[in-house]
Parts: sequence; C-alpha cells; structure tokens
Amino acid sequence: MTRAGVLAALPEGPRERLMAVGRETSFEAGTRIFEEGGRADRFWVIHTGNVNLDVHVPGRHPAVIETLGPGRMLGWSWLCPPHEWHLGAEATSLVRAWEFEAAEVLDLCQDDPELDHALLSYVVGVIGSRLRAARTRLLDLYGPYGSGSAG
Amino acid sequence: MTAVPLPYRVLDNRPETADTHTIVLRPVGTALPPFSPGQFAMVYAFGVGEIPVSVAGTHHGDLTHTIRGVGAVSRALCAARPGTRVGVRGPFGTGWDLEAAVGRDLLVVAGGLGLAPLRPLVRAAASQPRDHGRLNVLIGARTPGDLLYREEWQDWGRPYCQVTVDQPAPGWRGRVGVVTALLDQAAFAPHRTTAFVCGPEVMIRATARALLHRGVPARHIRVSLERNMHCATGHCGHCQLGPLLLCRDGPVVGYDRAEPLLAVREL
Repeated sequence: MTRAGVLAALPEGPRERLMAVGRETSFEAGTRIFEEGGRADRFWVIHTGNVNLDVHVPGRHPAVIETLGPGRMLGWSWLCPPHEWHLGAEATSLVRAWEFEAAEVLDLCQDDPELDHALLSYVVGVIGSRLRAARTRLLDLYGPYGSGSAG
Repeated sequence: MTAVPLPYRVLDNRPETADTHTIVLRPVGTALPPFSPGQFAMVYAFGVGEIPVSVAGTHHGDLTHTIRGVGAVSRALCAARPGTRVGVRGPFGTGWDLEAAVGRDLLVVAGGLGLAPLRPLVRAAASQPRDHGRLNVLIGARTPGDLLYREEWQDWGRPYCQVTVDQPAPGWRGRVGVVTALLDQAAFAPHRTTAFVCGPEVMIRATARALLHRGVPARHIRVSLERNMHCATGHCGHCQLGPLLLCRDGPVVGYDRAEPLLAVREL
C-alpha cells in the first residue's frame, strides 16, 4: 500500500489503528460512488485512479467540480451534520481505494484522542485546501485579464 | 540585441484558441541574435504599436510567438496574415537557464498562456533527456478550449504530462481543478528538482508555496514575471518591481528573489 495523503499525514500509531478498520475496495470507471444528498456514512483514501466530484444540474450532465487522484481523501461530509454528501462522485478510471466506515472510525476516535486529533486536523486541512482552490478558481486567473483589470 | 526593430515577415499564423494565435516570423534580412527559452522580443505592428512577447519557439532564425489578442497591438498581430511585415527587437531579458539544471529533475508548471514561454524549454529538455532527471509538465487552463499546443504534446514524448482545467466542457475526460493539485502525482525528488513556473502571479505564488512545502529550494524555483515593459533595455523604469527592472533582470527570476517582492502590496 502506498502511504500518501492522509495515510502519510498521520503519525504511525494513529495511522495503524485507522488502517485496522479500513478495507480495500475498487470501482470500475464510470461507477457512481455516491450521490449528492445521499447518506455520508463512509470515506475513502484513493490509492490509484481518479474520481470526479460533481454537482447535479437538472436536465444536464453533472457539472464536474474537481478531480481527486491518488493519495487524496474522498468524502468529508461524514464528519459533520447533516451527514449528507453535498456533491456526487464518479470514478473516471479504475479506482482502488481504502474504504472506512464513518461510524467505526468515529467510535475509534472517541476512545483514541491522538487519532481523533490527527484525523480531524487532516480533514480540516483537506477542507481548507479545497476552499482555497475553489476561491482561486473564482478569480478566473486564466481569463484574458487575469484576476482583474489594472488599477 | 538591437534598439531598432528589424524587419520580419509573418510566415504563418494559426489560431490556437478563440482569442490566441501563434505566428511564425521570418527575418526579411538580418536575423536577430539567437533567443534562449524564456527570453522575450519586442514586436512592432507598424502603425499600431509595440508589445513584449515571449518567444514560444525558434528555428533557424524564425521566431514563434503565441499571442492573445487583448489590446490594439496584440489584436493586430493576431490578425496579421502571412506576408505582413512587422518589426522585432531582442532578445531581451533572462532565460529559464536550463543549463543550470543539468542533472536535476525538471518540473514545468504552466498556467494558461504561461505555457508559451515554457514551450521551448520543454522541447529543449525533451530533446536532451540524458542531461536531466525526470521531466514533468503540468498544465492548467481555464477550459479545454484554452489549452495550447495540444497537437504537440505527443511529440514532446518523454515528459510526464498532466493537464487540468478550471471549467470542463461537455466531453472533457481529463482532470478538473487547480494546477497545484497535479503536483501530488508528479514524480520528482524535491531537493534535486528545478521548477519552471509561468502563469498568472496568483498561480505562480500558489505553485511556489506548494513546491517550497514539498522541499524544493526557493532558488531552484524559476518564475517568469510580467510587468509593463516598454523600452526592454532597463532605461524607462516601467517594468520596475522593487529593485528589479524585469525587462533586464527578469522576466525569469529565482523565487528566492521574487517571493519578498510579490508579497509587497504596492509593488
């Protein structure tokens, strides 16, 4: 197993305790992994392959928001209410991943403050980096006038 | 380098995207001295004006420029038909200095039109694979329709090339997101990597920060900065960025010099 992303970010002890409750899974290209509004009861750490996060647009193909690749955490809505996916996810290639049941991980965290802190810190970092990426893209940097007109 | 524009004629003009063209210029008489990847020329559309344009390729004295038509001069150059005469001065500025990266992994990160000045660097590096370690080319663009040189990527051959767009179009099967996200999948040894970064300054800063975080030394992060270049000879001061005159001291500088300057709001 490659230790990347969350698995590399966690200290060894918490990482091993987390991995003890994970299981390997895979998704064929084109598989819908979860749908917007569905119950967010698990998360994944992508080992190989890519996953598109998308938003449902009535009458049209889902709008792709971001692509997640190896080492990235897929899904953080399991961590906070209402525990519903706010985006959809689709494998764009064969995806191999580690899958974690949210309830099991949360139980584990309750008895393991070190894992709780390390995992929460990591997920907050993930949310922060995706927020920064979204804000950067809002600037439309590559447009003809970059991030705005001259002063 | 010459202070007087030398006559060149447009040999070829092909659209790259909806607003961007690649033109090939051939000297009418004497050619300018050779350009290094990363340097720029001042291209004069007669009767309209002169603008700085990075060199996107050179071949036996011919110059290739990729230009986005956003102002009077750039639009005139985009519209120039084969045979049209233009004036060219150069070469100006600092280059990417590929020679200083011999033996190192090369990481090329381009945003939007920033791929144009990096194109000759990628071609040079890809043609001399034994001189360098791994070559990664990471490209970000606004939409799939804004991607430059798509037909050439296969010819670049050896590099590990990844592309991402901000706004996918129907049918786009590539990645979506910021270009810095591609760094996770690029294989490079940070302490023996030289990075070459060109694009909007916000993207340059984000990329440089991500590279510093991964352990690439600031002096080995080469960035191309853009300011309002007029004389291109370091006299008029229009392109001043702190202590630097970017037409002369840039456009390519190490991030160890650029970082403190890019953090100053008034510069």
